[in-house]
Amino acid sequence: MWKYILKRILTLIPVLIGVTLIVYLIMSFAPGDPAITILGDQAKPEAIAQLREEMHLNDPVLVQYGRYIINLVQGDMGTSYKTKKEVSFEISSRFPNTLKLSLVAVILSVVLAIPLGIVAAVKQNTFIDGFSMIIALLGVSIPIFWFALLLMLLFSLKLGWLPSSGNSYWYSIILPAAALGLHGIASIARVTRSSMLEVIRQDYIRTARSKGVPYSTVIKRHALRNALIPTVTVIGLEIGSLLGGSVLTETVFAWPGIGRYMITSISGRDIPSVLGCIIVFTLCFSVCNLIVDLLYGFIDPRIKSQYS
Amino acid sequence: MSKIITEDHQEGEVQVFKKQSLLAETWRRLKKNWSAMVGLAIVVLLILMAVFADVLYDYDNVVIKQDIANRLQAPTSAHPFGTDEVGRDILARIVHGSRVSLEIGFLAVIFSLFIGGFLGAISGFFGGKIDNVIMRIMDVFLAIPGTLLAICIMAALGSSIFKLIIALSVSNVPVFARIVRGSVLTVRDVEYVEAARAIGCKNGTIIFGHVLPNSLAPVIVQTTLNIAGVILTIAGLSFLGLGVSEPRPEWGGMLSSGRAYIRDYSYMTMFPGLMIMITILALNLLGDGLRDALDPRLR
Repeated sequence: MWKYILKRILTLIPVLIGVTLIVYLIMSFAPGDPAITILGDQAKPEAIAQLREEMHLNDPVLVQYGRYIINLVQGDMGTSYKTKKEVSFEISSRFPNTLKLSLVAVILSVVLAIPLGIVAAVKQNTFIDGFSMIIALLGVSIPIFWFALLLMLLFSLKLGWLPSSGNSYWYSIILPAAALGLHGIASIARVTRSSMLEVIRQDYIRTARSKGVPYSTVIKRHALRNALIPTVTVIGLEIGSLLGGSVLTETVFAWPGIGRYMITSISGRDIPSVLGCIIVFTLCFSVCNLIVDLLYGFIDPRIKSQYS
Repeated sequence: MSKIITEDHQEGEVQVFKKQSLLAETWRRLKKNWSAMVGLAIVVLLILMAVFADVLYDYDNVVIKQDIANRLQAPTSAHPFGTDEVGRDILARIVHGSRVSLEIGFLAVIFSLFIGGFLGAISGFFGGKIDNVIMRIMDVFLAIPGTLLAICIMAALGSSIFKLIIALSVSNVPVFARIVRGSVLTVRDVEYVEAARAIGCKNGTIIFGHVLPNSLAPVIVQTTLNIAGVILTIAGLSFLGLGVSEPRPEWGGMLSSGRAYIRDYSYMTMFPGLMIMITILALNLLGDGLRDALDPRLR
């Protein structure tokens, strides 16, 4: 098991180098001279030339990338063009907020979606099944930012129950987390339902039933564990769309996380900050995928036995 | 598509056996699925709306022309969906917005289908080193969440329709490469491919003439679902100010400009949002229906 984890972490390294290279190259296409961005339009050409030299902007892109990577490994992501502070500081002060929002959204969707999927499968073709599947279908079709606006309109502007923006109270997180979690609820419930349906038709479920085990125990002990593998897969996939979605949700609710920071940095042409945000997001995505892969081992002993 | 005709000369009668093609068979199954048919009907309507947008509303005089005197009007018979902050008819902008979404959505997915499909087919068919190199590069792209990759590309390139298509294609190529590769792997070693090789077909003929047509099913499903995903991403990017820019109407962009007026003029955000949702819903219904119709295991 430990060997497998170590192997997986090691294979992550070339992927991360590739990712940073791609993102760095893409961002190097960004128009505008960083020196002008920092000094302003009125700056003298000599000052700009001097700053360009200081920032090593005249070096080839790959050399600049190499320097960036060496600094990145030491935790240095460069300096923000706008605030003149360390990008790593800007990001680390906002990261806990994004993490909190994403975690609450994931927990919300898992806690709601799995029971919803199970009930829909057990009561297949009933009203409950139809209702939860319509909710799930709408959930994957609603654009997240529109749903966020609707929530804000109803619960904060019309009813005045919850704050419409910021992170000042503990309950500020409710609306953004609900908006961000909806897509997850929908897709996790759909997958749980269909894999449950497949499992409850298996012979061993019939065996358990015929030896007199109560139905609820059969579902809990025999069916659920076997039906969870596709669910875990979809949770892993959801994390990717969750990270993309957090950019939109944070923008709508003015949530002080790195998604919103990234968007303000983009409009300010603050390249080091944008780069830092994307790298942090991608790192989170890779780590989450690793965790999901390891989770399979805990759920399915057959997979676990392959590790050792 | 194909007909097998056997003639029984001894009896003197002609018996005709009709073998249904994949297309006819899928259509027959799809027709029985009412939700997929609803999805298909909506998609067809949307395409018609996009094609005839100019007939319905004049672009220069209605869609982008500002009319400050009539700004922020609630829905009336003259403006069924109301007017926006500079007095433009929201219905007209929604109709023309379908053009942008569908055009970019279809083009981006077709580009990524061709490039990703080509890479995936080569990768799956040849295997070995080529496969390894291509798929490792795809893995790196897949490690970046799609929306974020698109945001990153748009941030670097600046917004325009052409750049939007590039950004969305790049983030979708690896998805198709993987699916096509997977499907090619399952049909690579079957008898008819061996037979084709035995009669001396070239690799290109085998891949494009025999392997790809037989591995189309998952690709068709993924294409439909990807168009939905891409349209959502376009709307999201425009909402963030990185996609299609004013005065060109785009649903996400309309939502974004309606945001400032949401308290008192919520219809400005209501209709474009509904439109996006209906489009995505229809494409999802159609995609699910196609999956059921094409995947024999689920029957």
